[in-house]
Amino acid sequence: MRDEQKGWKDIPIAGVCWKPATEYHTGDWRTFKPVRDQAKCTKCLLCPMICPDTAIKWNKATEDIEFDYNFCKGCGICAHECPVDAIKMVREGA
Amino acid sequence: MKAGQQETRAMNGDEAVAYAVKQSDVDVVAAYPITPQTIIVERFSEYVADGKVKTEFVCTESEHSALSACVAASATGARTFTASASAGLALMHEILYVTSGCRAPVVMAIANRALSAPINIHCDHSDSMAERDSSWVQIYVENSQEAYDSIIQAFRIAEHPDLLLPVMVCLDAFFLSHTLENVKVLPDEAVREFVGNRQLPLITNHNGEKVPFKLDPDNPITMGPLDLFDYYFEHKRQQEEAMQKAAQIITETHNAYSQLTGRRYGNGLVDSYRLEDAEIATVCVGSTAGTTKTVVDQLRAKGVKAGLLRLRNFRPLPVRDIKEALENISAIAVMDRSNSFGGYGGPIFHELRHVLYDTSSHPYVVDYIYGLGGRDMPQNIIKGIYKDLMEIVETKSVKEYVQFAGVR
Repeated sequence: MRDEQKGWKDIPIAGVCWKPATEYHTGDWRTFKPVRDQAKCTKCLLCPMICPDTAIKWNKATEDIEFDYNFCKGCGICAHECPVDAIKMVREGA
Repeated sequence: MKAGQQETRAMNGDEAVAYAVKQSDVDVVAAYPITPQTIIVERFSEYVADGKVKTEFVCTESEHSALSACVAASATGARTFTASASAGLALMHEILYVTSGCRAPVVMAIANRALSAPINIHCDHSDSMAERDSSWVQIYVENSQEAYDSIIQAFRIAEHPDLLLPVMVCLDAFFLSHTLENVKVLPDEAVREFVGNRQLPLITNHNGEKVPFKLDPDNPITMGPLDLFDYYFEHKRQQEEAMQKAAQIITETHNAYSQLTGRRYGNGLVDSYRLEDAEIATVCVGSTAGTTKTVVDQLRAKGVKAGLLRLRNFRPLPVRDIKEALENISAIAVMDRSNSFGGYGGPIFHELRHVLYDTSSHPYVVDYIYGLGGRDMPQNIIKGIYKDLMEIVETKSVKEYVQFAGVR
């Protein structure tokens, strides 16, 4: 976080956020990460919708799903809900 | 507006508060009844039922919920009021910090009442003194007239764009809340004009744009989110800065109001009584100041150079004014209507003595805990305190620094 050193005179009052939530990387403490099997994935787009954060996105250019691990906390909802079992939860560092 | 246009009405302290709220064009009142604050909410609910105000009145299931509703309402830019006392205020404790942390300028009347147990509905200051660190401005009033006047001032103080902190107006249970008094009231238009519309400062949102400081679907902002070791300290530092500006805002508001009504309460922060040439003095908050003024007059008639300093504001603590008022006094007795169990005297004593530590004159400062649970504070006890002070001056020594006045 680039501007983490801002002083009290330079930030809005009442804890009002002065940058979007997407600039706060919050995915550095998961134990398991979701890994997709591209061969099985039907691109049904269920997982981007059910992800409680913004960790799964639809990339218009590549017409494919993208995982953004900067925001993924490893909750595993995507793996649990995937209708074709294309997502596996893999232990970090394993 | 001329002072002559004011009307005199017979009201108790609670009714005076409700009347001031009625005139202050309040958008939302959320409250839960508790003796001795009940009349405030009762009267106000009648104004709502009779269509005399356009206020959204929310009956909640507890004080915790009442203040939570007030924080939410205030965050949308609404002018917001609530009232409580004793156990009710204690139940609000968590949300008091949320209110000030969200910089929600809620105004709350407190009818100061003792805390249980044993259960007691009468006056002492244990409830509000326990909340002195919650970043709320605290005004303690001497009579019902001042309760009326202070509520009107409180909205303008709290909502000042340089402050944006909540304000507590504290009035003594029963001595003020339930005692009929002649109260001069302003016409509705004069109050509405004085209080004005709530001004919303611009704030930087998450896209770096300046938007009004309120929750608004068209200009969304996020208020009071998770704030860990990286920024929490900075936000608390901002609150302290606002508190330090409060003294000037309170004084300016008090001066503007005085021009309207002709009524003054010292300089708005402290109210000195016959202190100019005083040798001994007492310090207190609330209605005891009225009785003490009578005692001071009696002592003065006998040639005793006695005086009184009433703190109108306890938060922010008017440090400079206290020093100026008391540095030439030889012996000072603080009268605390609450105790800090296991501490060295009551809360006002702690701070008074602390402030005076730096003065070159080093006056004697002693403490009297009095009036707990509504125990009366008659003239003879106050006279006894001044007598003790005379002895301290004469003997240049203090027998006991902390005593209990009026306990058997």
